[in-house]
Amino acid sequence: MSKNKSTDNQPKYINPYLGGVLLGLLIILTVYITGRGLGASGAIKSAVVTTSSTIAPSATEANEYMGQFISDDHSPMYNWLVFESLGVLIGGLLSGILFGRVGKFRTDHGPKISAKKRWVLAVIGGALFGIGSQFGRGCTSGAALSGTATFALGGVIVMFGIFGTGYIVAYFFRKLWL
Amino acid sequence: MGPLIPNGVIGEGWDFVIAILLGIAFGFILEASGFSSSRNLAGVFYGYNFVVLRVFFTALIVAMVGLMYFDYVGWLDLSKIFILPTYLTPMIVGGVIMGVGFVVGGFCPGTSFTGIAIGKLDALFFTIGLYVGIFGFSLAYPLFAKFFDSGAMGNVTLTDVTGIPAPYFALAFTVVALAAFWGTMFIEKRVRKNMKQYKF
Repeated sequence: MSKNKSTDNQPKYINPYLGGVLLGLLIILTVYITGRGLGASGAIKSAVVTTSSTIAPSATEANEYMGQFISDDHSPMYNWLVFESLGVLIGGLLSGILFGRVGKFRTDHGPKISAKKRWVLAVIGGALFGIGSQFGRGCTSGAALSGTATFALGGVIVMFGIFGTGYIVAYFFRKLWL
Repeated sequence: MGPLIPNGVIGEGWDFVIAILLGIAFGFILEASGFSSSRNLAGVFYGYNFVVLRVFFTALIVAMVGLMYFDYVGWLDLSKIFILPTYLTPMIVGGVIMGVGFVVGGFCPGTSFTGIAIGKLDALFFTIGLYVGIFGFSLAYPLFAKFFDSGAMGNVTLTDVTGIPAPYFALAFTVVALAAFWGTMFIEKRVRKNMKQYKF
């Protein structure tokens, strides 16, 4: 093995099976306490509704989709998933500090593309994920993981949809990553 | 006894404190497992890093079996927990769109938050994309409102649909997961041998 083979300087991640067990226990704890699972995309939806209704209140209320999430007595940001996602940011930061990964702003990208191209693709990929998570009633955490863990049919559909499609289309996007 | 909050064991006022604490644990586990790097995540689709598969499926089978245990010993009433509603075709379409988004964007929503936390700009742009996508979806919603609500089957579980008891599904997922853990070990070794450089 040559020295340049990067597995030499890989950062200290915890064993993935340990991570999986901890995450599984966390889902059990979350369901035990709150009666539902973890999520992520819902927080961004709340942010969208909040900013939209701050800038254009009447248009947002008239919007067939966003209007559903507006209530008179509290802001859409006053939502379980918003607080949970805030926790995700804090928890990610704590782990990053503990393992020495918090650093200057930087971009991960495959060797064949530039950082700028990666940014554009990240926006496009994020937008697709945002749209998909609305149709899927949740993303990888809310639908695929928490949904499947509670044996919900919809969770299983989303899980196979995401990973199945990922493998089918990966070949066409291989230049982005390999 | 459980779920604690819906059953009134813990007051509703604690809801958001608990949300932050559970979120912190979630973010910590994701980041510590390496999910703050898009290259680690994308590796699952190209065979050079199966960390996503290992963490995801381990979590899934632990949670499935654990929840059944909690129900069995009477700590948790599974009939009282939230079951994600199923909208057949919209969810298939959503999953497919998310799958493309995953490969193109290199993150999923939760993991992108942890990427932002440690300074990854691609994670920040992904989250901006999420915002743009959901906003665009909302504006265009009237065009596909009918489709969005189509195929509604209610809050059904695999058992409701097939009549097969949940433990069989848990067993099946566990067997498939263990086989996948074993098989991907060899794939990963072989793919990594051919990669000139892979910086995590």
